[in-house]
Amino acid sequence: MIQHLVDGILVGSFLSLGAIGLTMVMHILRFANFSHAELLSIGAYCALVFDKLFESVLPVLSAKFGPLSITGALAVSILISMAVTGFTAVLIDRLIFRRVRQKGGELSMVFASFGMALVIRNIIGLVFGLSSELYSRDIAFAMVLSRDPLLLVKPDQVFVLFAALIIMFGLYLVLSRTTFGFSLRAIAENPSLAQVHGVNLRRMVAAVWIIGGALGAIAGVFYGLSYQITPVMGRDLVLPIFAATIVGGIGSVYGAVLGGFIVGVASNLALVVLPSGYSPSVPFLMILAVLLVRPNGLFGEARA
Amino acid sequence: MIGVISYLVFFTTVASILGIAVLGLNLQWGNTGLFNGGVVASFGAGAYGTLMLGGPAQDGHLGGFGLFYPLALLGGMVAAGVLAWIVGKLTLRLRHDYLAIATFGVAVAFENVMRNATSITGGAQGIRGFERPLRDVLGDGFTYNAVFLAGVLVVLLLVYVFLERLTVSPFGRLLRAIREDETAARSLGKSPDRIRLISFVTGSVIIGLAGGLYGTFYAFVSPQDVLPILTFQIWAMLIVGGAGNTRGALAGAFLIWGAWTFSGWALSRFAPVEAQLYTGSIQFVLIGMVIVGMLLWRPQGLFPERLIVSQPGRNREKTQVEGFT
Repeated sequence: MIQHLVDGILVGSFLSLGAIGLTMVMHILRFANFSHAELLSIGAYCALVFDKLFESVLPVLSAKFGPLSITGALAVSILISMAVTGFTAVLIDRLIFRRVRQKGGELSMVFASFGMALVIRNIIGLVFGLSSELYSRDIAFAMVLSRDPLLLVKPDQVFVLFAALIIMFGLYLVLSRTTFGFSLRAIAENPSLAQVHGVNLRRMVAAVWIIGGALGAIAGVFYGLSYQITPVMGRDLVLPIFAATIVGGIGSVYGAVLGGFIVGVASNLALVVLPSGYSPSVPFLMILAVLLVRPNGLFGEARA
Repeated sequence: MIGVISYLVFFTTVASILGIAVLGLNLQWGNTGLFNGGVVASFGAGAYGTLMLGGPAQDGHLGGFGLFYPLALLGGMVAAGVLAWIVGKLTLRLRHDYLAIATFGVAVAFENVMRNATSITGGAQGIRGFERPLRDVLGDGFTYNAVFLAGVLVVLLLVYVFLERLTVSPFGRLLRAIREDETAARSLGKSPDRIRLISFVTGSVIIGLAGGLYGTFYAFVSPQDVLPILTFQIWAMLIVGGAGNTRGALAGAFLIWGAWTFSGWALSRFAPVEAQLYTGSIQFVLIGMVIVGMLLWRPQGLFPERLIVSQPGRNREKTQVEGFT
């Protein structure tokens, strides 16, 4: 039971990171982006490529940090992957979403993202193969936090949790204390009025994609550290991430953080009562429950 | 020669069944503007419902009520309708993307439950041993398939006529009114939430009917038949044909199913052996590109919607409207 709770919090850390980007895109561009989870795959694979590259070019970097399975090479790769994924997100927006936006309504965007998810996921499968990959082949031994009740935690997972919390705190500072953060909120509230006040809409949209892509890349790498990297990880993550945004309320960054942890904990606690085969259904049940009780989520506001 | 004809019969049957599903989706998306991301859940509910109600007694899982076939098919449609009603009731009054997310979730959960609830649905094995209707009269060979195709075409025609009538009826105008301007429709005393729910459930029942026929045709259904790719295929058919246009939707069904079958055949025939494993991925990329490409370059589809302007006291004027509505 406590083990499930702890596991849930650790899963919640990367779900939250994914959900933050998704909720920002859904708030500002006003469409449910079904391809957001593919940014996590892109980030995870991009980090994998650079990780392998650095390890072979600069063997110095392949030393591990303490008990973690994270190496210097991987740490650098994560940073590169954040940038690459962020710019990929902007590129996809420029090539596809912006054109669809200019032609059709919001639902055409949902639909385009639906198609893009299929394209990206399968291209990754074609390029990297359908089998799963790992950042490190070494077995990461779990630390025994307590024997009764038995509580096991991998050092990597603790790192992931703390790194995620630090990143979220950083984002909170940016959104609540800087002009950039205010502009972003202004664009979400009222795009025309914000533009009148000199906020550059195109630049803000690009910024949202970069933030969403960068956070998605970290989330993807963290997912890969916790489980494994597969081309279909986006397919498995899309529903939990959507559940996190809906639980938190679409458009609320803080809601997305909390929603991610709630969905992570609930999915793991569900294992106590449900056979593990049913766990992919749990996020859907949570969406239904939230829609029944509090349709706008914990922090969301009604908006047409 | 008989081989080619029997293949054509087989192909036309499947394409027509999928065509029925596209017509159901067209009612939801084309006429009412509802995004159903879980077409496959309605389709699967129809297939599973029909086979469980109409099949012979089963060991190990629920079903085997051996109902009279039309009743079983009806039961499958009801199952699809109930599922759609639950989701629609919860989401249709909210922001439009909730419906997209919730229906997508239904499809994931549906496949997941069908795969795991072995004691109810037969699990990964699926439901076997279904006795196809009239099999003792027609046998299992070509005659049966030809008669079955005729039956499917009759159902397709009935659905087509029903939807065409519906589209030009006051109710159809109401659907388009809500799609175009909800506030205006509301100001005229209409209730958009209720109308949308009716349209969503009706569309899902039609998709469920297609699923029931599909299950009957193969006399078998398993979780492999309710994978998300089917949703993408049916969407591609609708968007290629032209949302809002019943005939276009049908043409799209045949075009996409033809392209899908052909690409599968061509890849298995000409692709090198090492690449065979990736046939599915290549086809999925193609389907995704068709969807995105159509949205970019021809959002109204190959056969755009013909908006009918009807005014009281005059003859109906037909206007061709370019552009995505």
